[in-house]
Amino acid sequence: MLNIKDLYASVEGSQILKGLNLSVKAGEVHAIMGPNGSGKSTLSKIIAGHPQYTVDSGTVEYEAAGRVVNLCELEPEARAKEGVFLAFQYPVEIPGVPMSLFLRSAYNAVCRHHGVEEMDPLDFDQFLHEKMKVLEMDDKYIDRAVNVDFSGGEKKRNEILQMAVLNPRLAVLDETDSGLDIDSMKIVAGGVNKLRTKKNAMIVITHYQRLLNYIQPDVVHVLHAGRIIKSGGKELALEVEGKGYDWLIK
Amino acid sequence: MTDMPQKTIPESSLTGEYKYGFSTDVDTDTLPKGLSEEVVRIISQKKGEPDFMLGWRLNAYQHWLRMAEPHWPNFSYEPIDYQDIRYYSAPKKRTDTPKSLDEVDQEVVKTFERLGIPLSEQKRLAGVAVDAVFDSVSVGTTHQKELEKMGIIFCPISEAVLKHPQLVQKYLGSVVSYNDNFFAALNSAVFTDGSFCYIPPGVRCPVELSTYFRINAKETGQFERTLLIADKGAYVSYLEGCTAPIRDENQLHAAVVELVALEGAEIKYSTVQNWYAGDKDGRGGIFNFVTKRGKCLGRNSKISWTQVEAGSAITWKYPSCLLIGDNSVGEFYSVALTNNHMKADTGTKMIHIGKNTRSTIVSKGISSDYSNNNYRGLVRIMPGAENARNFSQCDSMLIGNNCKANTFPSIEIKNNTATMEHEATTSRISAEQVFYLQSRGLTKEEAISLVINGFCKEVFKTLPLEFAVEAVKLLEMKLEGSVG
Repeated sequence: MLNIKDLYASVEGSQILKGLNLSVKAGEVHAIMGPNGSGKSTLSKIIAGHPQYTVDSGTVEYEAAGRVVNLCELEPEARAKEGVFLAFQYPVEIPGVPMSLFLRSAYNAVCRHHGVEEMDPLDFDQFLHEKMKVLEMDDKYIDRAVNVDFSGGEKKRNEILQMAVLNPRLAVLDETDSGLDIDSMKIVAGGVNKLRTKKNAMIVITHYQRLLNYIQPDVVHVLHAGRIIKSGGKELALEVEGKGYDWLIK
Repeated sequence: MTDMPQKTIPESSLTGEYKYGFSTDVDTDTLPKGLSEEVVRIISQKKGEPDFMLGWRLNAYQHWLRMAEPHWPNFSYEPIDYQDIRYYSAPKKRTDTPKSLDEVDQEVVKTFERLGIPLSEQKRLAGVAVDAVFDSVSVGTTHQKELEKMGIIFCPISEAVLKHPQLVQKYLGSVVSYNDNFFAALNSAVFTDGSFCYIPPGVRCPVELSTYFRINAKETGQFERTLLIADKGAYVSYLEGCTAPIRDENQLHAAVVELVALEGAEIKYSTVQNWYAGDKDGRGGIFNFVTKRGKCLGRNSKISWTQVEAGSAITWKYPSCLLIGDNSVGEFYSVALTNNHMKADTGTKMIHIGKNTRSTIVSKGISSDYSNNNYRGLVRIMPGAENARNFSQCDSMLIGNNCKANTFPSIEIKNNTATMEHEATTSRISAEQVFYLQSRGLTKEEAISLVINGFCKEVFKTLPLEFAVEAVKLLEMKLEGSVG
């Protein structure tokens, strides 16, 4: 589904990714770990198409509906419509815009793209409530402005709710566990696991092995200095947890 | 990696095309350029006005001659040559007094249809009674008969002068006197039409009343006058819309609106102003100098102004409330959007005179490109206004780096029982916000539109539903192609 080949990418003039290769197939969950500054968030921003991050060379091939596109050539919204989703590490506040309107606008934008009928506010409300139940979010939430006055945990839960609504083919979770207490993490992980199917794939970026107890990865990668230096099964995460990164970097 | 510092979105211009820029070819009855006592007399004569009106106009004209154009707004503009403007232009009618729409030039009727304001009985808008003003005169008012049954008078002001002279004489100039300010004096001398509305005691007007102003003729000023009276316990919601063709020259619009709310009455006055604002380089556009004021005369009365100001090269406008009756309430909700080289100096005055009077001010300014957007407000608590309360909130949003936004709030308190709250913020649409929304499938334009609608939400929710939809569309249209 995703094939990143020899990717070099920069932000504000400094090169962060230096020859990254990554291949993700449908049905797989890949975890990416790595020390601060290794390029984890840059990778997520490049996949989603953040305008401040530039691809210097290499390609990000993405296979959708039987054809392969280079994601780097698409606008961020076109990527979203093709089923690419980024759960933000720092979700952004949009004052005055209620969650219900935001989610319905996003959902219907994707519907329009696929030529599917848009959902009216009433039907959407019902649809949304079902998704909210999974993440144990209360009703008042839909009238609140997007991320405004949300606690850290609410913001992260909100990202997964958006994922549940948009039902992406490729989801990148950027440090979704940071700032979550153990109970919230279980709920969020439960929500994520319900969205796992044979047809979609996930890239889970995290500092800690802890999250991977709840979201079991098929492959674990260690990122350092802009490249993947080690890949393995979920036992690699445990090893990193015990020994740190130093033994890998040498 | 941590997130990047929030950056503003790059250079932008809110340059959606102005879709009301067409002009209509009609036979007109037009006066030559220039202003003199003679012109004032001719206008009064054309309207067949009683003597009291002519006397009032001439008085205003004499005062105007001695007054100076105000130049305190926070911007400058080319001097206006008042002798280079036509003060009267009316589409010719087939008869002198059109009894029905059939007698109005069909091109004019079509113009309003194109603007989305059908006037014929078959096509008229349900739930909204419309008075359509084309250049200097009203060309048609819908729903009149149904309203008459309830005792509601809704007609062109020129008709009210003839049919209801006692009401006009009592209230005209009672809120904005003929010598109130330079532009109000000019308007009093030469006003040609506008709407008149009277709601009798205890009547709740069942439909929205609405006036649609259209400037069509070249080099012509529009000077309309609106007078709205809600008698004891009455309620009315009134809407006003404005458009004009694209022309290279500036055109002058100097209107006066007077509202009177008697005991327990409520008036809700909403404006969506979309006069032609000039081109990208600031050529052309309407100079909009408007005096709007309401008097909460009776106890427990309420006047609420909502305005969405999205057009005009220059906007100079301060819809105000005189809170005279005890427990009366004044509200001002405003969205002012400026782009290209537009200049706006707008806000409100809340004058607390009665006891327990309350006022709320919510102003949202959005500026982009090279525009200049100012909020100017005054809250004055008079010595007799025991326990007055005011809440003011003035928020500015900037798009790009070349625009300006300022707020000039003044507060004068002469009674120490007053409670005042003032909040002000300035923000930018951040690149992070736009990216966040884009990453959920919205285009850049949709993203910006959503952020702006969120910013304006408190104001939009005070608009009647149909108007709120129109206001959102208007901002979207203005924002089209806004970013890179």
